[in-house]
Order: sequence, then structure tokens, then C-alpha cells
Amino acid sequence: MKMTGSVIKYGDNVDTDVIIPARYLNTSDHKELASHCMEDIDKTFAARVKPGDILVAGWNFGCGSSREHAPIAIKASGISLVIAKSFARIFYRNAINIGLAIVESPEAADAIAEGNVITADLDNGVLHNETTGQDYAVEAFPAFIQTIIENGGLVESIRNGSIR
Amino acid sequence: MGMTMTQKILAAHAGLDKVEAGQLVLVDLDLVLGNDITSPVAIKAFQQMGRETVFDKEKVTMVMDHFAPNKDIKAAQQCMMCRDFCGEQEITNFYDVGQMGIEHALLPEKGLVVSGDAVIGADSHTCTYGALGAFSTGVGSTDMACGMAIGKAWFKVPAALKFELKGKLRPYVSGKDVILHIIGMIGVDGALYKSMEFVGDGLASLTMADRLCMANMAIEAGAKNGIFAVDEITKAYVKAHSDREPVVYEADADAVYEKTYVIDLSEIGHTVAFPHLPENTKTTDEIGDIPIQQVVIGSCTNGRLEDLEAAAKIMQGKKVAKGVRCIVIPATQNIYLEAMEKGYLKTFIECGAVVSTPTCGPCLGGYMGILAEGERAVATTNRNFVGRMGHVDSEIYLASPEVAAASAITGKISAPEEVL
Repeated sequence: MKMTGSVIKYGDNVDTDVIIPARYLNTSDHKELASHCMEDIDKTFAARVKPGDILVAGWNFGCGSSREHAPIAIKASGISLVIAKSFARIFYRNAINIGLAIVESPEAADAIAEGNVITADLDNGVLHNETTGQDYAVEAFPAFIQTIIENGGLVESIRNGSIR
Repeated sequence: MGMTMTQKILAAHAGLDKVEAGQLVLVDLDLVLGNDITSPVAIKAFQQMGRETVFDKEKVTMVMDHFAPNKDIKAAQQCMMCRDFCGEQEITNFYDVGQMGIEHALLPEKGLVVSGDAVIGADSHTCTYGALGAFSTGVGSTDMACGMAIGKAWFKVPAALKFELKGKLRPYVSGKDVILHIIGMIGVDGALYKSMEFVGDGLASLTMADRLCMANMAIEAGAKNGIFAVDEITKAYVKAHSDREPVVYEADADAVYEKTYVIDLSEIGHTVAFPHLPENTKTTDEIGDIPIQQVVIGSCTNGRLEDLEAAAKIMQGKKVAKGVRCIVIPATQNIYLEAMEKGYLKTFIECGAVVSTPTCGPCLGGYMGILAEGERAVATTNRNFVGRMGHVDSEIYLASPEVAAASAITGKISAPEEVL
């Protein structure tokens, strides 16, 4: 899995209530959710995000509510990868289950700045900062999770019988 | 090396003699839960999986509680989708308006969870049932769909933190103060990916309502689950609510805990979490005058009968301060009825509060108490994130029912002793 994109950066403890406020949870329409993504911490996000962009954040990204609408809104916004110092656990599994790529790297999350262009090679576990020339090593997913991702998420894994 | 309570439950449900932290396991589930917000997404995923029927119609439950009674047309459509699905699938435990309550208060009350169970719910506060000595954790809608389809979920076996409780709570201090104190101490990611296991002599002074409240907020420390050692209080509760036989798992003497915290309950004061994180805690004696405009007493954290009783005792014969809107929400129909019979609802209404039908409503900024710009609320709920209860420039102070009730009377954040 490889992607290149420019970075939009946030701080620590970005919770799912700000990723997608509950007042918009009366729908599960992906585009509509994307149109309100991040609006309670960054009203400019929906307008400026471009397909392929990479979201970078601090500790405990996605904490709070289990709403899968949060990774769905991020993915539907066009974000190709989220890099954070750490992820809240429900967000982490939701992202994997719906096929939103995520990596944990305190080092990269610290060093990468807003607007940097990053190329991520997740198979080989390398993030390359095109803007600064720096490389950051990241851990590959455990085999079990790799199976889910290779099958295109949990829904497809169940449908094709690779998990039963 | 021994296993923790959580590890033992996971091992038993994965058909293994032994598991250790970090191991990935596929676990058989005793119950799969969803609500009116998360279930529609799960139903769509379930249909995409190509399954015709759920794995067990007795072991899937849906509760219409977040935006129900329907707050708007879209919410009504979502509830209809759940209702239709549960009808087609002949789901036994579908709870609609009239039978429903806030899910995490309702399920223990209905006896759907007992000690030793493994439960997932597409709601982050599913960790509540750890109070019963069960493994239960919040997941997303796709995990819920997978659970509905095959009755299993994958987990990484968590490492654990031990909280050894001793001593006895002071008067007007309750489980909410304890868990806010703990989150203040370890932070909102202090237990990230881990179990929080509560043990010790101090358990004897904690009611089931206290324990349910504490396990409920384990997620606010980032935990995978919170779980209490089972004692006579748990056994009596389970027996009173369920025909199913509980299974008691005790941690091994040599179970591995990353850290043990010893907490003297008698040292805990009235604790309030300031905006905008549950870890921003202070005790009421550390704060000055903070005027408020709204009080919410309810939620899956603190909408139980004991919570309403504590609030009613403080508010009895007094008046809600001018300029304060006090909203009381019994968490289930049963609690509502009992609170009525015991006179608590009369107390609230006479004192100038309003009493709502069970709903999650205001806790997540859905409806039934949204905050305007610049307003402050004291809430017995579980999250005080930016914009959680309304306008992005409003503020939520999380507190116990005792502090919330006292604050409603004084119009500022107050210790119960100020009005007694």
C-alpha cells in the first residue's frame, strides 16, 4: 500500500465528537458526513481537504464515542492516511474495519509539519517526507489485521469466508 | 504467569486454556448490542456480508435510545430501519419507545448480561457491564455487523492496570467522584488499549450503581474495558435481574498488571471535570464561583435510581436557582416508575426541574437540552468535549448527581454540603 499527499495537522486528543458532531449522526450518508468532518475544531477542513491528503495528529486520536461515522467521514473526505502519535482503541479498529489506512508514529507525528508532502510505503513500513527529505520507520500491521486489510475490510472478509 | 479477570474471560470464550497480553484471539460473544445511531450502519454492513440471518436472535439486541423518541425525520428513518430489521430477523430483545431505556442502564436491569459474559456493543460505553464481572467493550458498527453475522469478534488480549480500592466513601461522595478522580490521575489515555480491573475491600462500600458508573467511564481513560471483582453485591444483583447462571472469574494471584494503584476511597472529595476533557479534574474546594445555566441529571453514567435518589434528597424542599434549567432524565422506564412511586419526580418538579422520558438526548448534543453559545452546564454525563452538548463555545462540567443537584439549587458549581 503506497500513497502520497500533503499534510493537514491537528493536536492531541482529537475526539470523535469534533471529527463528526453528533448533530449530524441522523444520517449515515458518506458524502454528507464528509461535508461536516472536523467542523467543530476546523471550519476550513471540508473546503480545503484534497483527495489523497494525509492527516497528522498527536496522542489519542479518535477518542470518545465509538461512532464509525468518524473514520467514514475522514475517508469520504479524501484522506488517504492518518498518522498519529497514538489512536484511541475503538477508532483504531473501526479504521481497519472500514479500510482507512492509519499508522502510529510519535516521531513522525512530531516532525511532520502542516503542508509537508509525505509518501507512505506501508508494506515496507517507511514514511518519506518529500518536503524535508526525512524518513520515519513505522511498524507493519500484525498478520491477522493484514488479512482483514488484504480482503478489503471486515465485511468482505466475512463475505468471502476468510474469517468465519 | 497467571491471567487477569479479563484475560480469563477472553480465554474461556476463545476456547483456550491460556492467553497472554498482545495475543490476537477470536472470541465467542454472549451478546451483541447496537443503538439507533450505530445499528443502521451495522445493518448495511450485515447485508453486504451476504448473510440472511443473525447468528442468534436471542443474543442480538437493539435499543432505540440516542435520538428516540425520534428527534427529527432522519432520526425517525433510522429507528424505522432498526425496527424493520429486528422485525424481519425476529430479534427478541428489540427495545423501542415504551420499553426502551438508555442501553447501558437497560441491559443489566433486563438481566441480559451476567458475570463472565463476553459482550460487544456499537457504543463506546458498552464497557459499563464490567461492573457485573463481564468482559464488555465498545466497538464500531462493522464489528457489530460481524458479531451479528458470526457471533464472534477479534481482540488483542489487553494488558491490565489494577485499582485496589480500600476504605469507605465519605457522605455525598459516589462512584462518579471515584472514577473522575482516577481519570484525573491517569489521564484520558492513561489506560489506552488496557483493562482497568477494580478489586479490594473498598468494593464493599460501592453499590451496583457506583460500580456501573465507574465501569461506564473506563473508556474515558482510553481503556478497552473496566471490570470489577465479583462479590456478594454483584451476585445479589445478577440473581435479582436474570435467570442465567453467572460465571465468576477471579484473577490469578500471579496475574500480570502493568501497574497497581492503591486508592483510599475515604480521601476522595467531590470531583468535577472541567472543560474540555474528563481528565481536567478539580475538587469543589479548589474552585471559585462558576455560574451555570443548565444542569443535566441522567445518562448511562448516572441515570439510575440511586442517582435520582441522591439528587432528590439534596433538592427536597428547595428551588432550582433563577436562570438555571435543570433537566432530570431517568435512564429506563422502570427507574422512571420507581422514582415516581418513591416521590423523587414530584420533588424534582416541585423544585422547578423538568423530568424527561428516558433518552441519551442532551449528553451527546442530540436534543432535549442543547447549550447556546457561552453557556455552562453541570452534567452527570461522561464527556465534556468541545461542542459535545451544543454550541462549540459552550462548556460542560462533569460531576456526580450530588454535585449536580446542589449546583442546580445554588446556580454555581457547588458541593452538596453548601445546600444541606
